[in-house]
Amino acid sequence: MNRQELQTIITAETAINIYNKYKHKLCVCCGAGCISSGAEDVLKKLEEEIKTRGLENEVEVIATGCMGPCNQGPLIKYLPDHTIYQKVDCSNIKAIVQSQLIEKKPIEDLLLFADSRPKPFIDAREDPYFKKQMKIALKDCGHINPEKIEDYLANDGYQAFDKVLFQMSPEDVIAEIKQSRLRGRGGAGYPTGLKWETVYKYVSKQKYVICNGDEGDPGAFMDRSVLEGNPHRVLEGMCIAAYAVGANKGYVYIRGEYPLAIKRIELAIKQAKKLGLLGTNILGTDFSFDVEVRIGAGAFVCGEETALIASIEGKRGTPKPRPPFPAESGLWGKPTLINNVETFASIVPVINNGGEWYSEIGTPKSAGTKIFALAGKINYSGLIEVPMGTTLREIVFDIGGGIQGGGEFKAAQTGGPSGGCIPAEHLDVKMDYESLISLGSIMGSGGLIVMDKSSDMVDVARYFMEFCMDESCGKCVPCRVGTKMMHDLLQKICNDKGTTIDLERLEELAVYVKECSLCGLGASAPNPLLSTLRHFRNEYENRITE
Amino acid sequence: MKTATPATDAALAKDPRLKLIAAKIKKENYKPDALIEILHTAQNAYGYLPMSVLKYITKQLHLPPSRVYSTVTFYHFFSLKSKGDHTCLVCTGTACYVKGAQAILNEIENQFSLEPGQVSADNKLGISVARCIGACGLAPAVVLDDEVLAKATAEEIVNKINAKIVES
Repeated sequence: MNRQELQTIITAETAINIYNKYKHKLCVCCGAGCISSGAEDVLKKLEEEIKTRGLENEVEVIATGCMGPCNQGPLIKYLPDHTIYQKVDCSNIKAIVQSQLIEKKPIEDLLLFADSRPKPFIDAREDPYFKKQMKIALKDCGHINPEKIEDYLANDGYQAFDKVLFQMSPEDVIAEIKQSRLRGRGGAGYPTGLKWETVYKYVSKQKYVICNGDEGDPGAFMDRSVLEGNPHRVLEGMCIAAYAVGANKGYVYIRGEYPLAIKRIELAIKQAKKLGLLGTNILGTDFSFDVEVRIGAGAFVCGEETALIASIEGKRGTPKPRPPFPAESGLWGKPTLINNVETFASIVPVINNGGEWYSEIGTPKSAGTKIFALAGKINYSGLIEVPMGTTLREIVFDIGGGIQGGGEFKAAQTGGPSGGCIPAEHLDVKMDYESLISLGSIMGSGGLIVMDKSSDMVDVARYFMEFCMDESCGKCVPCRVGTKMMHDLLQKICNDKGTTIDLERLEELAVYVKECSLCGLGASAPNPLLSTLRHFRNEYENRITE
Repeated sequence: MKTATPATDAALAKDPRLKLIAAKIKKENYKPDALIEILHTAQNAYGYLPMSVLKYITKQLHLPPSRVYSTVTFYHFFSLKSKGDHTCLVCTGTACYVKGAQAILNEIENQFSLEPGQVSADNKLGISVARCIGACGLAPAVVLDDEVLAKATAEEIVNKINAKIVES
């Protein structure tokens, strides 16, 4: 298919017309959370109800990706009004259709947050939960069908890829990404433009682009939601990256625990191939690119890039010393670009709106938006996207609706087992890469677990250390033995049998493991321990017997 | 889910599940780097990875047995033992842990005398834990066979497990 044929598909023939054919849309959130709460039954029932009433030519029922407030699910959103109904079950369907579509009057009692706000909003975008957010990576999540490429095309899908192919050189693309100051969303925050440039500079006939979807942090589900909610966005980001660095083969590496995400990205690849957006001579140019899915088999360490590469090669996922970095010698020894799912999802808006536009969002050093997975003892847990620099207080109280049961905020854990906790006195910290590091935590991939007064911080440290101990690949001694020793000492303190000497040993070991481990897993394993020691040392000391 | 171990090569050749694996190996062009993909197919077909099947894969891909065995044992997803007719997986991710996953595990241990990783003597029930299934908004979450149970309580889980066991 050449470029003109694609444009015809997008504009005249199908996509936009089909998408805009229906005046009313009822979107049923089919993210993993809502499906677990029974969204599939709701969807079926809703489709039946629309059919029974003979409304199928006016109303479109769409199964969408995650809308955000996961614990209020199942959710139904009515477009164009952006009215959201929460905790819908099959018995509410008739009433919702009757009053929303026939009487044009929303049912107040079923509106989002109706049970917790004095007056819920008919346009959910007015609610503080959404008002404080800025959806860039998640822009189309929640109102397009992730299983239909037409929906994506009708919402400017693959326009950025088209622009790149026909109007920009690889150098232009890299310059644009550099100007956007986008940083890797996987956790470390390495500037994306620089990474692309490094891969671009190595001369090789064969280069690879890998999308890292091995989201192993407990408490994080951002990548999953992006892949489930809008897989084409990630795919388009990968295509642009491949064009920029000169790669002709891509892999999406996804955890085996995410069957729905795997299914949707596989479907997206098939659809893109059919339209000639993947394959040889894309849109009549001499650029060729193909993508395959690789399924992870449950190893946290495979989130580390060299381990991930080993896993794609079908081997044990053990990391290798760097350098050489994957940019020089990665998959099968070839130059390889590895970016996280969310990073790829942020590429399209940068190309569409320009790097300068993106760089003005957020803070000077951390540009753009970040997706967080809110969980723990918080009222509205789920998926949010905020500009960098939003304070923790705004996230927990304005968006998250405060602590469950009116309890008191104690700490928030960011960065999972590689991160640390932020105590109540730092609630006003700006969420950006540098501020979090200065508090002894990290941005990480975006898991944000809120804890209240009932959480025991020593036990939290022990929990994360147990995780790292289990997940250590065993290749290097500091990590393999060090995490085990630290875990045993923490267990001893948890059992109220620790001594002052144990505490000293713990601190000493933490430094060794941090400094001497081969890869990021070991080097960051002591972080939860060190950060709880820094902010909640009294909890350790109270448990120690002299 | 049948869990009988195919005993001989002859029995193996007749097993329809093996055809699935053979087809997958062919599709992947007998490339050793597709090992993990092929193991996924095998585990889906058998519920676990019987030694005879691993030997078959080893032969087909021309890999040393040590390489296949070391890969299988490295990844949590792969299991060399049957996981039981019914599986109950308790998520112990951070959010679920903070919200009481341990209490659920304790109650399961009380009721069925099974710890994570164990299978009952009659092979009817297997208990396992996961490091986060990504349903943190619904913590604590439990996956009973393929159904995700959200905001689970210990009592509810025990009742559902009992119902499953009686059913079979």
